Amino acid sequence: MKLRIKFSKCGPMVFIGHLDMMRYFQKAMRRAEVDISYSSGFSPHQIMSFAAPLGVGIASKGEYMDIGVDSLTTSAQVKDALNRVMVEGVKIESVKLLPENAENAMSSVAAAKYTISFREAYAPDFDLFGQIDDYLAQKEIRVVKETKKGSKEIDLKPHIYEFSFDNEKQEVSLLVDASSSGNIKPVFVMEDYYRFCGRVAGEFDFIVTREDTFTNIGTDEKPDFVPLDYVGEDY
Amino acid sequence: MLNDEILLKIEKPARYIGGEVNSVMKDKEKVDIRFAMCFPDVYEIGMSHLGIQIIYDMLNRFEDTWCERVYSPWTDLDAVMRKENIPLFALESQDPVKEFDFLGITLQYEMCYTNILQVLELSGIPVWAKDRFGDDPIVIGGGPCSYNPEPIADFFDLFYIGEGETMYRRLLDLYKEMKTAGRSREEFLREAGKLPGIYCPSLYDVAYNEDGTIAAFAPRYGDVPATVSKEMVTELSDTYYPLKPVVPFIKVTQDRVVLEIMRGCIRGCRFCQAGQLYRPLRERDVKVLKDYALEMLKNTGYEEISLSSLSSSDYSQLPELIDYLMEECNRKKINISLPSLRIDAFSLDVMSKVQDVKKSSLTFAPEAGSQRLRDVINKGLTEEVILNGAREAFEGGWNKVKLYFMLGLPTETKEDIEGIAKLSNEIAKVYYEAVPKEKRQGRVQIVTSTSFFVPKPFTPFQWAQMSTKEEFLDKAYTVKEAVRNQLNQKSIKYNYHEADVTVLEGVFARGDRKISEVIYRAYKKGCLFDSWSEYFDNDLWLQAFEECGVSIDFYTTRARSENEIFPWDFISCGVSKEFLLREWKKALDETTSPNCRQACQGCGASSYCVGVCTEEKTGVSK
Repeated sequence: MKLRIKFSKCGPMVFIGHLDMMRYFQKAMRRAEVDISYSSGFSPHQIMSFAAPLGVGIASKGEYMDIGVDSLTTSAQVKDALNRVMVEGVKIESVKLLPENAENAMSSVAAAKYTISFREAYAPDFDLFGQIDDYLAQKEIRVVKETKKGSKEIDLKPHIYEFSFDNEKQEVSLLVDASSSGNIKPVFVMEDYYRFCGRVAGEFDFIVTREDTFTNIGTDEKPDFVPLDYVGEDY
Repeated sequence: MLNDEILLKIEKPARYIGGEVNSVMKDKEKVDIRFAMCFPDVYEIGMSHLGIQIIYDMLNRFEDTWCERVYSPWTDLDAVMRKENIPLFALESQDPVKEFDFLGITLQYEMCYTNILQVLELSGIPVWAKDRFGDDPIVIGGGPCSYNPEPIADFFDLFYIGEGETMYRRLLDLYKEMKTAGRSREEFLREAGKLPGIYCPSLYDVAYNEDGTIAAFAPRYGDVPATVSKEMVTELSDTYYPLKPVVPFIKVTQDRVVLEIMRGCIRGCRFCQAGQLYRPLRERDVKVLKDYALEMLKNTGYEEISLSSLSSSDYSQLPELIDYLMEECNRKKINISLPSLRIDAFSLDVMSKVQDVKKSSLTFAPEAGSQRLRDVINKGLTEEVILNGAREAFEGGWNKVKLYFMLGLPTETKEDIEGIAKLSNEIAKVYYEAVPKEKRQGRVQIVTSTSFFVPKPFTPFQWAQMSTKEEFLDKAYTVKEAVRNQLNQKSIKYNYHEADVTVLEGVFARGDRKISEVIYRAYKKGCLFDSWSEYFDNDLWLQAFEECGVSIDFYTTRARSENEIFPWDFISCGVSKEFLLREWKKALDETTSPNCRQACQGCGASSYCVGVCTEEKTGVSK
């Protein structure tokens, strides 16, 4: 049986990297006495997988992991037990039972939504809103993406699903591809947009929050993005 | 709290943010005493230390006290803090250390001494105790190196000599009482210096002979004790123990539940300082330990537990404890990591159950290459025992062996040194005899490592001459050469380290107050993180010695007479100087001494009337 756990991460916890978060949750499962499944073999490990790694420095309201369990209590029991052993800055938001045939968290990720605000003293000195439409109206958005295997040129455009600016809150909202094959870092889009506007984005300009992580229950052509825990149910 | 920009720029920001599982938050307005407990090395090292966790837990159980943690900022953050004038802060509240009442610094190894100065300087606390006044935190040292605090005495207001569980409450009460009464810093230090186990360096005067040795060491005032006796827990099953140790976010060196099963050691190896300092051996009740183990695993979520003591095989309830842990841990999918146990049928059986035999290795610490030299150091491990243990292990499927030796031990000869290679070869030979060809998984792998011997205070070897750097390296080459001449040389890998650090360690170990100026100068020249080879700069140290006119040889290679007053003689660790001298003479005579369970050697620790000292002796058999 598989559970999908949604959690949020904020405050100083944003400085805890992905691998350390995994280690943190492995210990939390034991503290909360969740009946998690283990692999067999000489050194058994917990059946646990994360949806989409979050970069250091980024807060999130919608992180997901799947765990295997050997017995079922209730969503509320697991959520409360885990929340009782969380540190400040990490909160369990939901616990859902996945259907038998559900795709695992990582491969079902299609998109992620980010809010980007500006660090004090780094607010843009130009009309940020003004050129978003022009930017998105380009036929294609050619950029050079650095990967582990080297750099390659790609077209950003099909990977950006939403890009808007809330003038009142001075916040950018960005819905982008987060699938394992086409993951786009939000700061990467911002840097390219600054370039388009004839500006240079600094390393520490942006405060990024991941609002949620989505899966696609529509088609490639007509996507319908829903949060990852949409596929599970309370139990 | 450091701002995001800094945290994103530096390595491993998790070292500095606090907030770990089981870290203790209190309302600073509601406590009387704020205590910053520092391990003067990087977070991953400091967080691995059991002693800090014990004191942290104890102080935070006191309602009037909030104990927080401080570690050495790594060099990247150090540079930022200096540039931007950011004061060193404690992890929990992120408040500057300078606002605290106490700064406790644990002294686990000599090579952290420059790190102490970094912590003081970054905190904005005057480095020299004499320059502190008023509200500056009381800087107090503790831990094994405080048994010879003299090389760093001028940097500290107080030292706590001995086990931390016993005297802190009285020290804190005294502090509160005098603070409320509006008494001065000096008045507090004077009173504190009268408490058992508390040493206040500024209350003592040292006079030197013309040759540089100590002529007299005495308190300045009649009401200050001439001898400071170590503090010790008499009932280990009924004291503080951290059942909710702080669990770091990042991987640290000791990343597991640590169960301290006993303190002290019966063995009396003559080079070993811990074996003397923590006498007498005191065990924790096995029932208590079983409860602790379960509770700590539950409270931390760790996937591994390890036992801690100086010689776990000597714990009388070991089979019962291990059986219990194996059953519980197997059920909970938790690993047991065993301390280096004496290799025998029992330990091999246990090890084969808890670890993957093919991957794990066996560890022997003969410490010396010949039986003659093992007798000198009183290491009661014979070649026969080693070879039998190895044979059983090889038959049980192991094919990796680690061997630890020391070079530069008193009376050591070329034959003793070559014996290291010969013994390594004999073990390889046993493998090829014991394991038939078709069952061998390739060659046996023997890793032989040597460290260089440093004479330590409160050991029978405190009178010994230490080797020079050149002698150490010659000895290492001798081993290397001898390994090459062995029949099974291809199965033996030999490791040794640079000797520079060892020489410095030798100076600090038996140093006096003249050393503090050298440490200060070296620090000012840029020496920091000296135990990290990538940062250790021997040339800077040599310059500092020269500028201060301090001779290294005086502290290392010089022969010491039997009646020399040592810088640490004013401390009593329960073991008498007469006993140590007796043992020194027996060593030179190549005579062994029985262990504490066999026959009492009258070291002096029996005056505590606890632990092994109260047991019936078995007598010397075999």
